[in-house]
Amino acid sequence: MILCLDLSYRPGSLALEEFAYPIAAIVRKAGEEAKIVHYTGVGSSIPPGTDAVILCGTALKDTGYLDRPELFCWLPEAPVPVLGICAGMQVISAVHGGETEAGYEIGITDIEVIRPDPLFSGKDRFQAYELHTLACMPPPGFLTLAASDTCVQAIRHPKKAVYGIMFHPEVRNEWVVERFLRMGRS
Amino acid sequence: MVKLGVLCSGGKDSIFAAYRAMQKEEVSCLISVVSRNEESYMFHTPNVPLVALQAEAAGLPLVSVDTAGEKEKELEDLRDALERARERYGIEGVVSGAIMSVYQASRLQQICRDMDLWCFNPLWYTDQDEYMGSLVREGFSIIITGVFSEPFDESWLGRRIDDRAIAELGAIAERYRITLTGEGGEFETFALDAPFFERRIVVRKSSVRYRNFRGVYMIEEAELEER
Repeated sequence: MILCLDLSYRPGSLALEEFAYPIAAIVRKAGEEAKIVHYTGVGSSIPPGTDAVILCGTALKDTGYLDRPELFCWLPEAPVPVLGICAGMQVISAVHGGETEAGYEIGITDIEVIRPDPLFSGKDRFQAYELHTLACMPPPGFLTLAASDTCVQAIRHPKKAVYGIMFHPEVRNEWVVERFLRMGRS
Repeated sequence: MVKLGVLCSGGKDSIFAAYRAMQKEEVSCLISVVSRNEESYMFHTPNVPLVALQAEAAGLPLVSVDTAGEKEKELEDLRDALERARERYGIEGVVSGAIMSVYQASRLQQICRDMDLWCFNPLWYTDQDEYMGSLVREGFSIIITGVFSEPFDESWLGRRIDDRAIAELGAIAERYRITLTGEGGEFETFALDAPFFERRIVVRKSSVRYRNFRGVYMIEEAELEER
């Protein structure tokens, strides 16, 4: 089961359909079970049977998830692959000691892959949809995998399959989620 | 609860987005931008003036602005409409029915950011089969009011979207590589009834213009009727 975490301002919000449903749909299309849970409902560890976790994005004005880092105490010790999308990347960064700063992009942006990684293999450049007002300074030790002219676009934990991406893969880049899921299987 | 204005063209997507928004937040008004340009980049045009009747049916106020429909000027006109909605009804955010249009969504997101408004797109990359089916299941009455591509013939104009129409649209979508929802502007729709309408819209007089896979169903007279 792939745990899709809704990082929106309240459980069952109007942003749920916009940010969690499209990611869960990609997961299901890839043949996996997707379970959407609000981040306030996880507790101290992820549910048994979780094969991977995807932290979904939020509405542009919604940054409340950064105010409650204690709700992500499970993340540093998570025994499964983790992918953070936009807000999710900010959470991964913050939990591991990274910083967020002002940095906004809206719309299609050119992304350059700057470090080889299975997530982006075969891609030097691609275009992606952006929707963020905060950018991440990668945590100490994390690898920067990709960047746009504005900010870091993808990071990875040095030893584990814990990724953050700033762009929204449901728009024209479903392959990123599909590759992440394949990594979890292997 | 966030007070929201719903950007409404009169078509299925904006009316459905309004319905979803009402289930989760407070919808304070509908907002329509009436374009004089039939090729508007942002706002679809057939029957948009009839959004006033939809607003009346729903018991919601309407903020409506006209635009010449020029590419960037119409975005300024949209900004004016949102400002008016904020002044009159205190909206804190905007809802759109965008499904896959990066052009529409990113421009609306940009304006909302500049104006410090929330922006919601509850149909964004939705499962289109599921969505079209839910229109029928949840009691929306939607008709096709414009066709703009092959293979749509004149019989589609004014046709109600029911299970049979969805099946035919599905076959067309597969064969002609268009989306089931007409997201590329292949067809346009108008909502005559929705679960949140207090009364339904009845068309009393209409006309059809059609030539070479392009046509519109113009609603010339319509009124509200008790269900």
